[in-house]
Amino acid sequence: MLPLMLGVIPFGLIFGALALASGVPPLEVQGLSLFVFAGSAQFIAAGLIGDGAAPVVIVLTIFVVNLRHALYSATIAPHVRRLSARWKVSLSWLLTDEAFAMASVRYRDGDTAQAHWFTLGTGLTLWAFWQSSTALGIAVGAVVPEGLALDFALPLTFIALLIPLVTNRPTLVAALSAGVLAVALAGLPYKIGLLLAVMLGVGVGLGLESFWGGETPEEGQS
Amino acid sequence: MSRAALWGIILGGMVLTYLTRLSFIALVPQERLPGWFKRGLVYVPPAVLAAITLPELVRPGDSLDLSLGNYRLIAGLLAGLVAWRMKNTWLTILAGLVVFWGLAAIQS
Repeated sequence: MLPLMLGVIPFGLIFGALALASGVPPLEVQGLSLFVFAGSAQFIAAGLIGDGAAPVVIVLTIFVVNLRHALYSATIAPHVRRLSARWKVSLSWLLTDEAFAMASVRYRDGDTAQAHWFTLGTGLTLWAFWQSSTALGIAVGAVVPEGLALDFALPLTFIALLIPLVTNRPTLVAALSAGVLAVALAGLPYKIGLLLAVMLGVGVGLGLESFWGGETPEEGQS
Repeated sequence: MSRAALWGIILGGMVLTYLTRLSFIALVPQERLPGWFKRGLVYVPPAVLAAITLPELVRPGDSLDLSLGNYRLIAGLLAGLVAWRMKNTWLTILAGLVVFWGLAAIQS
């Protein structure tokens, strides 16, 4: 469990430093971690802010990137059905990729009577790690010289996240078509081409999955 | 971008992300989750990451550049190779940056 929790610290550090390098002011960098509290969506938002995308497109992109949380919500729902509304709104706030991964292991292994305390504890710990590592990243990013081209580390981070997600032919073709379409549609205003490319890429992936059949990729990746 | 716009992004992103997390726990009965939506979610992360990254690599100055003189493309491709063979985030970022810095140093 601990490696997964500690794993968010380097990502918070990179996020703080890179969002700053993309031109987001320090307070707003921390604001993204405090209020959006969703690792990959924050990276993507910082990149889009740096590119001057339209705010509406950025918000919609955050929404699309975080849609997978609906799946987490549906998975956790039966286990928290009997809890009070206060518990539900608190646990939902903390339902990140990592918190979900740990909660689902806990619920799978039985002993679910007190599992909400476990989920709350891991969620709060992850939240604290994420906030403090973001703040440290901002401090480090502020003293990194501009000549290092640190902003290029952002697409490199995306490459490191992307490659492990390509697990079979449908995911490969979905990623390739979304990428090529994004290049082809890059001339459209407000980065609207990005959203079109993503939707078409997802459609291509779904289409190929039913065409090729049988190849079900793993769920719950971030 | 203005600070008002930035806070609009932060608050808009917060509300939509929170409602998504709250959705089936407190708002919608779980049975409403359609199968195609579940299956489609698998393709969202690879599609988004590719759609954001590829233009960064092949359109460095807002025009298509597939030549060997495009350091970002070369460094990005090599980083992809490292990510694929090593499956290590730090090594991928470091390899890409070192290649990028190296190519820039040779040029200047």
